[in-house]
Amino acid sequence: MKIKQLSLFIENRTGALSEPCRILSEAGINIVTLCLADTQNFGIMRLIVKEWQKAEKLLSARDYAVKTTDVVAIEIDDRPGGLAKILMILEKSGLNVEYMYAFTSGKNGRAVLVFRFEKPDEAIKILSAKGINVLGEAHIFEK
Amino acid sequence: MQTVNKQKAEVNPASAADFLPEDKLRELQLDRLEKIVLRSYERTVLYKKRMNGKGIHPGDLKSLDDIRHLPFTVKNDLRDTYPFGLFASPMSEIVRLHASSGTTGKPIVVAYTQEDLDVWTDSMVRTFAACGLHSGDIIQNAYGYGLFTGGLGAHYGAEKLGATVIPISGGNTDRQLMIMQDFGTTAFCSTPSYFTFMIERAAEMKIDIRKLHLRTGIFGAEPWTEEMRNHIEKASGIKAYDIYGLSEITGPGVGSECEKQDGLHIFEDYFYPEIIDPVTEKALPDGTEGELVLTTLCKQAMPMIRYRTRDITMIMPGKCKCGRNIRRIRKINRRSDDMLIIRGVNIFPSQIESAILAVEGILPHYQIVLTKEKGLDNIEVQVEITEKVFSDKVGAMEELQSKLVQALENVTSIRIGVRLVAHQTIKRSEGKAKRVIDLRNKN
Repeated sequence: MKIKQLSLFIENRTGALSEPCRILSEAGINIVTLCLADTQNFGIMRLIVKEWQKAEKLLSARDYAVKTTDVVAIEIDDRPGGLAKILMILEKSGLNVEYMYAFTSGKNGRAVLVFRFEKPDEAIKILSAKGINVLGEAHIFEK
Repeated sequence: MQTVNKQKAEVNPASAADFLPEDKLRELQLDRLEKIVLRSYERTVLYKKRMNGKGIHPGDLKSLDDIRHLPFTVKNDLRDTYPFGLFASPMSEIVRLHASSGTTGKPIVVAYTQEDLDVWTDSMVRTFAACGLHSGDIIQNAYGYGLFTGGLGAHYGAEKLGATVIPISGGNTDRQLMIMQDFGTTAFCSTPSYFTFMIERAAEMKIDIRKLHLRTGIFGAEPWTEEMRNHIEKASGIKAYDIYGLSEITGPGVGSECEKQDGLHIFEDYFYPEIIDPVTEKALPDGTEGELVLTTLCKQAMPMIRYRTRDITMIMPGKCKCGRNIRRIRKINRRSDDMLIIRGVNIFPSQIESAILAVEGILPHYQIVLTKEKGLDNIEVQVEITEKVFSDKVGAMEELQSKLVQALENVTSIRIGVRLVAHQTIKRSEGKAKRVIDLRNKN
């Protein structure tokens, strides 16, 4: 049920962001979602793509420092209170969230939350038990 | 394999002078010093003028300690007398000229008679022998061939040793690696920074240097730290030896580490070492840090009397466990002229190298950038991020950055900004690495 996320080290300068996107687009790789964490000096670009092995290889070959991590994607209703409900469950279960980001998918009324947990397997167990829809690769890349 | 081991255990006959009893060595040095000082006085205008100016005559030399009364020679003397003003032999006896790259102003020119070349070759044979090389080794020489002394100096020494030389010169890393694999290279000569680049390139090409025949690195021509040695030895599985030399004195072959890797033996029957206080110019005792001063005891075409090397080191007290009687200098990792003065604090690039390489997972790809902000000097150290140290968590990356800042502050006692930069953004060097980018006088 875990999803592979690619992270890239990005320098804080003009054009630093567009280059990896261009590399992926030239290879016909679609970015499902992207999140950028930035500091004064540098940024970390986090990407979810379907063909992650291919993308990793391409970016590594272009001298990017690439890291692959397991993240957990869950589906919630795209309406007020959807996120708050999930966060409450996480808080009560004592699961530690490293970071998270959200995106709405093309399908009507569906939002996807991406979580980076310290212990993803444990998190999946707890969330599933609470009836939360944890998305597998087959679902997240569905159009 | 047995024959190789047997050869290794024997001392190369060329190294005999390394083991001369001390009294014999001093006797030989004094005899040679008297001759070379007289030759310089009689044949070189500058030396005669300087000695006369100090009221000294070559005949006044009674002991090796009397060398302290002789005037110094500095790099500018070679520039001021460019090109041939310090030659002590007629051109008909000079068989080779070399010159420095001369990044600032005129290059410096050095000359050799056939006898000088023989001495140079002999000292390189002793260098290779001290690093455990012998006939049967395949030496890939990546020092630049040409006006630079590194290439030809190592070349003739390797041939005389009886090893097989691959005169590949510097550059073209992919070809270097291909030949290293195909020819079964056992020893590699280059700058240490170039070899770190080779290690990196080998990994990209999926070549495991540890699985090749390579077992020895002969690294010189730039200062490097013990941390850099650890990195090289760990990443490539070879023994990395430091060698020392400078064109003004002969080229490579002035001194070398032995298998103990505990200081560099100076071939002092040819090159007489002293340590002085660079400010007061007074001679310092063994075990005290100062500037290395060298006198060539045999050089005919261009003797150097008390040449100030600008290299900061000390003569190590006590005997080396290898049994050599020639004295050792501590590994040189800084020069008095590469000292940076930032906000009134003296900083050497080698301190920065030691500090950042001590942080787990950091590779020796860094650069020191100096700028001026509102009239004040600003220093920034740029460190390349590798996949090994990269994390998807901002916190982990910031922790790495503050670890680096802390390590730098510990050695330099000032706060130095660290900028994490992307992999492969710092220029790799095929010769001497350029670590300091000084933009203070730009704009």
